[in-house]
Amino acid sequence: METTTPVLFFLGATHHTAPLAIREKLALDDNRTAALAAKLQAAPGVKEFAFVNTCNRVELYGVGHAGAVAGFINTLAEVTGCTDAEINAVVKSHIGHHAIEHLFSVASGLDSQIVGETEILGQVKDAYDKALARHWTGPVLNRVFQKTFQAAKHIRTNTGIGAGQISIATVAVDLAGRIFGELTTTKVLVVGSGDIGLKTAQAFQSRGATSITVASRTLSNAEAAAAQTGGWAASLAELPELLAAADIVASSTSAPGFVLTKDLVAAAMKRRAARPLFLIDLALPRDVDPAAAAMANVFVYNLDDLAKIAEANLAQREAEVARCRAILAERTAALWPQVAQSLNRPAG
Amino acid sequence: MSTLLTDRALLWLGALLYLAGFLTGLVALLRRQPRPGLRTILNTLLIGGWGFQMAGLYVRGMAVGGCPLGNTFEILQFVAWSAMVVYFFVGTTLHVTLLGLFTAGYAAALALVSLLVPHWDLTRGLKIFGNNPWIELHAALAVFSYGVFGLLAMTSLMHLLQSWSLKHKRLNGLFWFLPSVVQLDQINYRTLILGVGLLSISLGVGASWWVRDTASVDVPKLAVTLGVWGAYLLVGLLRWRARLVAVRFAWVCLVMFIIALLSLGPVNSSRHHQVPLIHQR
Repeated sequence: METTTPVLFFLGATHHTAPLAIREKLALDDNRTAALAAKLQAAPGVKEFAFVNTCNRVELYGVGHAGAVAGFINTLAEVTGCTDAEINAVVKSHIGHHAIEHLFSVASGLDSQIVGETEILGQVKDAYDKALARHWTGPVLNRVFQKTFQAAKHIRTNTGIGAGQISIATVAVDLAGRIFGELTTTKVLVVGSGDIGLKTAQAFQSRGATSITVASRTLSNAEAAAAQTGGWAASLAELPELLAAADIVASSTSAPGFVLTKDLVAAAMKRRAARPLFLIDLALPRDVDPAAAAMANVFVYNLDDLAKIAEANLAQREAEVARCRAILAERTAALWPQVAQSLNRPAG
Repeated sequence: MSTLLTDRALLWLGALLYLAGFLTGLVALLRRQPRPGLRTILNTLLIGGWGFQMAGLYVRGMAVGGCPLGNTFEILQFVAWSAMVVYFFVGTTLHVTLLGLFTAGYAAALALVSLLVPHWDLTRGLKIFGNNPWIELHAALAVFSYGVFGLLAMTSLMHLLQSWSLKHKRLNGLFWFLPSVVQLDQINYRTLILGVGLLSISLGVGASWWVRDTASVDVPKLAVTLGVWGAYLLVGLLRWRARLVAVRFAWVCLVMFIIALLSLGPVNSSRHHQVPLIHQR
């Protein structure tokens, strides 16, 4: 019979500790999750548990006795087929308030590969909902997870951890927002059927742009690309008309010279009254004549410009990490006495 | 009323609250951390400032027996007050980020400068509109339109800053929070229409009385007033025909307001010989 006080623990492997090959082996699909859960439920010392399983992390948060914690490594090896040595090399563990602080960091995006990303909070919420629905959690983990969501929300609202976009496509979308405001009525023209142009078009679509035209030298290529975005296809021969009608142009052809020359842009600007034109040059060599940037109401950004903004945003996020950690440490310190009290309370 | 709450004391309080609003917003902006509730704090300070300013203008109006537009000090105070009225409508309906900060800075500057130059408030015109409410309406609308043009100058400045930041790829700090170029352009156009409309009504009311007594208005005042109105009307027509757009439109609106402000001097001085004056100590 166990007489020692249970502990709150975390055990897991993340992109910080495990290479992709090991993370693939450790990944928990539904079957493995069910098998692990069954073993944990059968283990005498484990009282509560929840898995956080994403492409970058396999983590277990639990409440149990020290012996049960050590036994989890063997169970994980059994279920995943990894050796004990492989698992011991990549799995890190925290106990007590360190486990809470780690979960706070994970949910706030501080521990993510792309610092400040928001997807992880949804993944942690899903993991908790799943554990709650299956009665894997109890009073300790329920309280810890609820406080985690509050802490993550506080960090997102009160710090710059999520400020600025950090991919080329989303930086371009942000810039378009600063030129046009709402993107729902903007007309997007993709010149060339390359992958980066289409990804940019999809990023605009995700922010509400509905009018997307893909223009390519070969109409069949344009049609295939347009099908992916639900837009229209056009030939490059129609570029003067398309340019006059478009608000945002993402160009990524493999043409050796400028596709959007200064004269072409000037002619389009004469036909579009007061509306600005945003030219995103995603090609190497460049598609947009840099001289077009001198024209009033024309905004030209090339790959280097977008990459610099993304890097600056990322640097700014990273600069916020220390401040976020200090906030989370305070919140952990405030929560820990209540959790410790719950852990010490004899089971009813 | 307590001697502490004289018209100038109330106007000082108003100006200081505008300044406090401006500094609160500026500090939050420089720290790049607009806290939740900042907009409420800023608007509370601006509403408070506007309330004190209105009270000050009311006390002054009671003293001079009409709308207080009798000297440069009073006109500048009224212009600042008008800009704030327009901001309360534009800011709340269109949610233009940073407009409160810019308006607070502009109103604070105008109100404080007018208070800090005693010379502008040495003499007050007594019953400058006689007992004619139409002439009073004409003057109040004209000065109110200057408030609208002042706000137009602020949104034009914001447009220029946003365009500059996008053109030169300087996207941090203040620029991050500015509204979009298109939104600012639309606000500029609508504000210009409002200002021209108000000034047109004002001049229409004034003209209906002027034709009965053409000697009642000096030629310089007539020329300057019509010049300002005509210039703004022309700018509006050019914008409507898309002949003056984007940055050039914003520059013209900004420069036009500076010229319009400078024109208040000759307009104001031209009537001083016609009305009884109270000399301040």
